[in-house]
Amino acid sequence: MAGDLLVVEDLRVYFPLYRSLLERLLGRPYKIVRAVDGVSFTLGRREVLAVVGESGSGKTTLGKAILGLVKPVSGRILFDGVDLARAKGGEARRVRRRISAVFQDPYKSLDPLMPVGEQVAEPLLIHRMAGRSEARRMAMEMLEKVGLTPASEFYWRRPHQLSGGQRQRVAIARALITQPDLIVADEPVSMIDVSLRASILELLESARRELGVSVILITHDIATARVIADTVAVMYLGRIVEYGPIDAVVEDPRHPYTAALVTSTPSISRRRPPRFPVKGEIGDPANPPPGCRFHPRCPLALEECRRVEPPSASDSGRTYWCLNPLGPGGLWRGVEA
Amino acid sequence: MEGGLFSRLMGVVAGLVRGPGGLMTATGLAIITMFALVAIAAPWIAPYPPDVRPPGAGLLEPPSLRHPFGTNDLGYDVFSRIVWGARVVLKVVLLSSLMSMAVGVPLGLISGYYGGPLDRLLSMVMDSLYAFPGIIMAIAVASVLGPSTFNAAVALMVVYVPTYYRMTRARVLELKNEPFIEALQAMGAPGWVILVRHILPNAAPTILVVFGLASADAILTEAGLSFFGLVAVYPQPDWGLDLYYGKNYLLDGAWWLVFFPGASILLLALGFALLGEGLSERFRVRGGSYG
Ligand SMILES: Nc1ncnc2c1ncn2[C@@H]1O[C@H](COP(=O)(O)OP(=O)(O)OP(=O)(O)O)[C@@H](O)[C@H]1O
Ligand SMILES: [Mg+2]
Repeated sequence: MAGDLLVVEDLRVYFPLYRSLLERLLGRPYKIVRAVDGVSFTLGRREVLAVVGESGSGKTTLGKAILGLVKPVSGRILFDGVDLARAKGGEARRVRRRISAVFQDPYKSLDPLMPVGEQVAEPLLIHRMAGRSEARRMAMEMLEKVGLTPASEFYWRRPHQLSGGQRQRVAIARALITQPDLIVADEPVSMIDVSLRASILELLESARRELGVSVILITHDIATARVIADTVAVMYLGRIVEYGPIDAVVEDPRHPYTAALVTSTPSISRRRPPRFPVKGEIGDPANPPPGCRFHPRCPLALEECRRVEPPSASDSGRTYWCLNPLGPGGLWRGVEA
Repeated sequence: MEGGLFSRLMGVVAGLVRGPGGLMTATGLAIITMFALVAIAAPWIAPYPPDVRPPGAGLLEPPSLRHPFGTNDLGYDVFSRIVWGARVVLKVVLLSSLMSMAVGVPLGLISGYYGGPLDRLLSMVMDSLYAFPGIIMAIAVASVLGPSTFNAAVALMVVYVPTYYRMTRARVLELKNEPFIEALQAMGAPGWVILVRHILPNAAPTILVVFGLASADAILTEAGLSFFGLVAVYPQPDWGLDLYYGKNYLLDGAWWLVFFPGASILLLALGFALLGEGLSERFRVRGGSYG
């Protein structure tokens, strides 16, 4: 679609697996980890997309590829029509500053030695969007906006003088100060006290409301995601297995993996579907199973799931990649393990 | 942010001598400061000129009130020679340490951060320099350049650049994977901003520790160079040189000719070593080899 902010097309990010000297001498083949292996999606303006999936499914790697921190081996990332891999020089910088990041660990994502206000001001200086004193003034304002008041006092504090929640507010202030169009937030609340999570997510939500930013919210907690996300992409072993409006996907999933994810998340509602049973652990991304990657764990797997990579299918707004999907309301019927 | 440079410096020092390793740091700083003051105030502290026989002084006089460290075979006052000699060793070692730092730290930063072929080449060169016994390499370089304090400093620099390089590079490799560096990369910060504004300050404790420990080692190596006459020329006052000439009179019982220069060398080296060890405990810098 023309108006989309971000278009990701068949993105693949592979990492070479470390081989010991002995393995090299023995001529063991070069192994690769297919961290992201053919991901496509689009993100509209003001849209919040949640990317969910178990540990190791490639969520962080996908986010890093969009942030330019890792290089894809193939595929395209179009940001506002600009191919990120091809953009050079000034254009690359202009695009970069429209994409911000918020990372998981607020204890580690800030420079321990620099006053936090200076760190909020830094992107403005790096992108020459303001002079020193102007940047300082804007950083104060931004600290104020994310609730760190009085800003003139917080400005000079070092990260270790702040709580985890306050640090994450600093990180969000730093992400917002360049007035980006997209924020990639990688598990922004998973290391934060449960009681503060909602208020941190609220900051992202109000950024969307007031500044019109789009957000990619990476999380393995689908319940958290539901608070602010419009759409969800469920990842498994480097692939998206189901994608669509988050309420529809969570309440009435088609893919068995989504069903497993949804029913394993503790929920506060009393009406809870039965746990959808899956076997074992997430597979090895260096050695993904043939056919559907989820088939070894899937209670609904058919014979052909072992051989055939499932094509995409659509059903009332969602897209899924499964040969034997759950029907509407299937979540509530349960499965015999 | 407020206060003069001096009071800020004192604040930093006060912070260092408190907490873990503080006693070592304080002792080390005290020893170094004492020698530094002696070196600076040599003309006022030394009772006699270092290379003239004072009127009435005997040859090989044992320590006495007039000559607290005795006199040597030419009747020169050993105490005055030690005092003036402090200038030589401090000049050579501080100059060489600063030069080693000025070369080793930036190379370590660039090499560690950017990696690639340049990193491999530099690592190879530095590792082969490092594998060479320090004193032998220093003697070789100093012999080629000829005896002078500056040449000695250059010879020592060749020995200690790899130490600064390796330790800085190792620290950069650690820091490079820290999420806060990744956050800077994600916001499009250029490499030099990341290196100068973020990695260097975070690597500074490591560099300071290396400064202490490598300087301690450099003092011993410098003494070796002086011993072989590669720093100063007799009768210039120089601890290592005095050790060399003094050893000839050991059998005559003139112990003070080697004891005082030797003890000075060891004490000064100890001062820097204590500083380095104290700082490394303070900053929890992990171990390594600094020679
Ligand atoms: N730099 C790297 N080098 C090698 N392998 C990597 C690298 N980064 C990630 N991987 C591998 O890629 C796969 C996907 O990792 P990724 O961190 O993207 O998963 P994730 O979904 O974010 O997991 P988590 O929920 O634990 O954060 C994992 O198997 C991981 O081991
Ligand atoms: Mg992750």
